[in-house]
Amino acid sequence: MALMEKFRKTDLYKSVFRHSYQDTQRNRALQIVDNVFLHLHPVRVPRHATNIGFTWGMGGITFLLFLVLTITGVILMFYYRPTAQYAYEDMKYLMNDVPFGPLMRNMHRWAAHAMVLTVMLHMFRVFLTGSYKPPRQFNWVVGVILLVLTLLLSFSGYLLPWDQLAIWAVTVGTNMARATPLLGHEGPFGAELGMRIDNDVRFVLLGGTEVAPPTLLRFYVGHCIFLPLIAVIFMAVHFWRVRKDGGISGPESKKNF
Amino acid sequence: MQQFLEIISKPDNIPIGLLLVGAIFFSWLAWTKARKNDLLDRPVEATMDDKVQVWPYLVRVEFLATIAVMAILVFWSVFLDAPLEEAANRALTPNPSKAPWYFLGLQELLVYFDPWIAGVVLPTLIIVGLMAVPYVDINPKGNGYYTFKERKFAILVYSFGFLVLWVSLIVLGTFMRGPGWNFFWPWERWDPHYVAVLTNVDLSEVLNIPTRLPDNSINPVAMIFGAVVVLGYYSIGPVYWILKRNTDLMQKLGLVRYAIVSFLLLTMGGVVIKIILRLAPTFLGMNPVKYVWVTPWFNI
Repeated sequence: MALMEKFRKTDLYKSVFRHSYQDTQRNRALQIVDNVFLHLHPVRVPRHATNIGFTWGMGGITFLLFLVLTITGVILMFYYRPTAQYAYEDMKYLMNDVPFGPLMRNMHRWAAHAMVLTVMLHMFRVFLTGSYKPPRQFNWVVGVILLVLTLLLSFSGYLLPWDQLAIWAVTVGTNMARATPLLGHEGPFGAELGMRIDNDVRFVLLGGTEVAPPTLLRFYVGHCIFLPLIAVIFMAVHFWRVRKDGGISGPESKKNF
Repeated sequence: MQQFLEIISKPDNIPIGLLLVGAIFFSWLAWTKARKNDLLDRPVEATMDDKVQVWPYLVRVEFLATIAVMAILVFWSVFLDAPLEEAANRALTPNPSKAPWYFLGLQELLVYFDPWIAGVVLPTLIIVGLMAVPYVDINPKGNGYYTFKERKFAILVYSFGFLVLWVSLIVLGTFMRGPGWNFFWPWERWDPHYVAVLTNVDLSEVLNIPTRLPDNSINPVAMIFGAVVVLGYYSIGPVYWILKRNTDLMQKLGLVRYAIVSFLLLTMGGVVIKIILRLAPTFLGMNPVKYVWVTPWFNI
């Protein structure tokens, strides 16, 4: 213990931990302000903001699941090659021979499903507490974009196992794009505008006329690079605006009541 | 019934069960809180506005929630494997082919609408409509606390869209649509050879106006009839505006907001009407209605 006390006085220790851990108001504040992750939070919040019955914790859980998905996703990338020749074999390898492979894949799959769920419930809560009202209108719009990105992330990941479930679910989903008005070859006024099966919006999405190896690569890059990048940017805006718009919503007690 | 239990317990369908349970639980929770607040002078949240320090009072909640979520996730992942079926084979189409669970409400809409509406227009309107919510809801009350009394209309519309349309169509599309996208009750077995005897008719045909002429071209009378029905339905919006434009609410709302709200609401109502037109007649022993408006370019 005495050694620890000595260590606490070294330059090394003080350069890492900038304040003591004594339970004082000041240290509680510094704990938040001096920490790059925690300083997402303000130092103090209204008491109802800590009440899980009010927030349901769904926004925070969504972010947690996104982190879980990022970590498990990166691990899965070490074992997965996005080509029709290898993708399915790699899945089999992952599920049967890679240590903790099934755990990583299962966590990725279930966290993805759970994230879609928590996004919907978060949105439900935000609506029911009227939290989209001024000054938070635009953050609701950012939230809707994040909902769409979540669905796209989940949907693009659905193809990657390259099994029957994957290609047919994605076939059904992307078949809708055929019927896009104006831009799809089977949509209203599509043919009139020169849309064919090999040049319409579905062709761009799939990289071909059907769900085929180019689609796998396209969805893989979208799933692992493009969509997460966009989602992170919108998340940053979303969180930043929560702070800028006065923290978590609550009644303006002094004014209205 | 056994098959229904098999489908409901498929690993990929568990989120639907959770969605159902979550939607019911949180609706109940929000309702209880709203009721309580509505009976008080000030909402409960307004009495909890004293500031507490984030460390430890918020961080500990986050920490515990993280542990709980991670525990559930690890438990779920240890005991239930993510599905991995046979290798992809374009020559072998499963029947039924289903999209991921969260898109099954939209896939179910394909029964009632052509793909360009069900797959493109309606999803776009859902997204745009959601984004428009803060700008068309000009009611300043109920900002930051649970209430029902102060925003009945907004809450009813959103709950109807989320709980009734979104969730129940997902449930219907996943659990009750078997081979050929035919409807099966939970106690029925999914028979791949079942052929539904459905003679779809168009709305004009219900009134004895044939949709197509003997040479198979579209009957202009039926086309005009369809246009009158669809445009007539949407004209409820303008007519209501003309009748009520001088009321306080309409004045505050303004024409642009009113136009957006009425269009979105009528579209939502239209979806419900088309679902009823399609489903109700089968239970009454009549022919289900397929299209309301048939044209050479698009059908509604």
